[in-house]
Amino acid sequence: MANKSRLHIPKPTARPGDEPDFSYLDLSPAGSVDKPPVASRTRDIEYLSSGLVRVLDEEHHAVGPWNPTLDPSALQVAMRWMMLNRVFDQRMWQIQRQGRISFYMEAAGEEAVSIAQGMALRPGDMCFPSYRNQGLYMYRGMNLVDMMCQCLSNTRDMCKGRQLPIMYHSKEGNVFSISGNLATQYPHAVGWAMASAIKGEDHIAASWVGDGSTAEADFHHALTFAAVYQAPVILNVVNNQWAISTFQGTAGGERRAFAARGLGLGIPGIRVDGNDLLAIYAVTVWAADRARRGGGPTLIELVTYRGGAHSTSDDPTKYRPKDEWAAFPLGDPIERLKNHLIVEGHWSEDKHEALNEELKAEVMAAWKEAQQYGTMTEGPFLDPSTMFDDVYAEPPKRLESQRRRMLDLEKNGGGI
Amino acid sequence: MAQMNMIEAIRSAMDVVMDKDPNVIVLGQDVGYFGGVFRCTDGLLRKYGDHRVIDAPIAEGGIVGAAIGMGLNGLRPVAEIQFADYIYPGFDQVVSELARIRYRSCGEFWSPVTIRTPCGGGIRGGQTHSQSPEAIFTHVSGIKTVMPSNPYDAKGLLIASIESDDPIIFFEPKRIYNGPFDGDPEKPAVSWASHPKGEVPEGYYTVPIGKAEIVRPGDELTIVTYGTLVHVAAAAAEAVGVDAEVIDVRSLSPLDADTLIESVKKTGRCLIAHEATRFGGYGAELSATLQRECFYYLEAPIRRVGGWDTPYPHAFEWQYFPGKKRLAAGIRKVMETAA
Ligand SMILES: Cc1ncc(C[n+]2csc(CCOP(=O)(O)OP(=O)(O)O)c2C)c(N)n1
Ligand SMILES: [Mg+2]
Repeated sequence: MANKSRLHIPKPTARPGDEPDFSYLDLSPAGSVDKPPVASRTRDIEYLSSGLVRVLDEEHHAVGPWNPTLDPSALQVAMRWMMLNRVFDQRMWQIQRQGRISFYMEAAGEEAVSIAQGMALRPGDMCFPSYRNQGLYMYRGMNLVDMMCQCLSNTRDMCKGRQLPIMYHSKEGNVFSISGNLATQYPHAVGWAMASAIKGEDHIAASWVGDGSTAEADFHHALTFAAVYQAPVILNVVNNQWAISTFQGTAGGERRAFAARGLGLGIPGIRVDGNDLLAIYAVTVWAADRARRGGGPTLIELVTYRGGAHSTSDDPTKYRPKDEWAAFPLGDPIERLKNHLIVEGHWSEDKHEALNEELKAEVMAAWKEAQQYGTMTEGPFLDPSTMFDDVYAEPPKRLESQRRRMLDLEKNGGGI
Repeated sequence: MAQMNMIEAIRSAMDVVMDKDPNVIVLGQDVGYFGGVFRCTDGLLRKYGDHRVIDAPIAEGGIVGAAIGMGLNGLRPVAEIQFADYIYPGFDQVVSELARIRYRSCGEFWSPVTIRTPCGGGIRGGQTHSQSPEAIFTHVSGIKTVMPSNPYDAKGLLIASIESDDPIIFFEPKRIYNGPFDGDPEKPAVSWASHPKGEVPEGYYTVPIGKAEIVRPGDELTIVTYGTLVHVAAAAAEAVGVDAEVIDVRSLSPLDADTLIESVKKTGRCLIAHEATRFGGYGAELSATLQRECFYYLEAPIRRVGGWDTPYPHAFEWQYFPGKKRLAAGIRKVMETAA
């Protein structure tokens, strides 16, 4: 120790030009973390927040107490969803690059989060996602054309042109509307879960935030309320190592895992391999079961990697090594599930390739259809006066008169 | 003189003050290694080190609160909030603390924090990258609110803000970071390179807080505005063919009422324009002041043009934005009204 105070400024292990270095990541071998009964006291299961729950081992076999022993057919379905998520993202990214949508965010490298957790929850459970959970909307039944129409702000856009691309919502699928403001959805999930308990229902809620977003006060508000009332909620932290240009250490992840954030409040935390679909599924089922049986909230940290840029407005080569993803020790969730299915004899490279092509065609077909409902440059166009709808349940008079004025101006051009 | 865009001018302001005063520090999300998502702090980390240019966690309340604490202990923090739309988690620290510490401690404690934040629309940012929340801040006693409309003012006002012992919210209209904008999104982008206000001294200078500027003198009508709309208003007046006096308020609080009053007394007509929603907007304050001071000079009611009273929609950005057409219609109305 020095004899005067000084600040510690967190620095990532590698910046552009450096060798990627993930030596800071605490890993445990697949199967090495015990699976406790769901009724365990938090203080007895603190180890879950520092270990790393993994099911898929180096030889691609599913091992250990957390192995959910899912049917091969269920895993093939999961595979399809993850691949669809990726193919969809890749296509939409290109479409943005061609200037045909204004913005996009992809989930590359973290598809297992949305798909595994979507599978582990029941349809009546309510999801409060972040902007990288498009897989959840897909899994919960939103069709690709609708998602594309949202990104196009066209006549079939569920958001009526009001929201940036990817800010979907699905009342039908029980997936909440995405906010641009980070972490705001976390307390909502807790409140929703409290309401479920107040009403005597057994639905639970789940929410997702990124590692960077855990710094927001709303994250801590949510934990406090969840702990105080033992709300039936699953609070997920998707630790993909990066917030825009700052690494997870800037959010305080250097000395203690995000999974341990709730321990001081008595909320159990589970740190799970976020690229291992089987492990994620298993811990989510555990947490859901605990919540449904009155055991209260669980905080799950999903350790993964943001494979792509933060968004289409971002250039990650400015702040992290180009090849960092390839060096990430937990690999790629799609590759890992693929290898598992192959070694178990339920999949092949050929099938994989064929499925990939099929999904590409499906996405292309959806894109063709979506454009028929309008693009940014070609009609049909939404009626701009719809921007005055839904501001209130009972709109004040001034909005009606502004709507009329806006339409007049569109017609007469203000006389210039 | 150098030619700078607004981003370079803002960066240069911080550079000049940091060089001069070791107590000036910069903090915010992505401001360090990356140099800010709009590049406003690019190069500062390399030059001043990681104890003076600090990448902050994503916690606006923490950024403002910690900046206040640093200011209480002798530093002069410049906090960046990545988008004005994300300032709300820091709102309590601004309103209940930053604005009132001097008052409640009878001048014994105070914190000279400057909060820089990009505001305004016109960049296809949707409702969470387009807001103009200035009126929420001008309503609060104890903080000052500034919004430049060009590189020269941006640098001079930012230096004055950082050096001011009062806390300041410094709004940066991001649509005009790279060039002036006359409200027509179809036209090719113009840069600051050929604009007289893009000529910016490399060194130290200030533009005083609390002074409006007459951007374009005229006799028939006064247009009071600020930020991006300064440029739109001038273009609209030209399109209508009215000899308008365009005034850039620049400093919303404190307000240079005298310059506005004098102009309205001269022209007898006044249009107020801002991008923010109109209801309860800053224009209402301007309008109340001007009608009280200029009532017997007015030949027509003062009118306001603002954003519609809805959130800022993504697709209908140009129907929402109070552009040339809307301003032109406003100008005509004020001109038509019989004396
Ligand atoms: C309240 C608020 N502050 C800042 C931002 C700007 N912003 C958008 S995403 C982001 C990084 C978030 O990182 P993380 O939580 O790790 O999520 P990831 O993007 O990695 O999924 C930032 C700073 C915002 N959207 N909302
Ligand atoms: Mg992240």
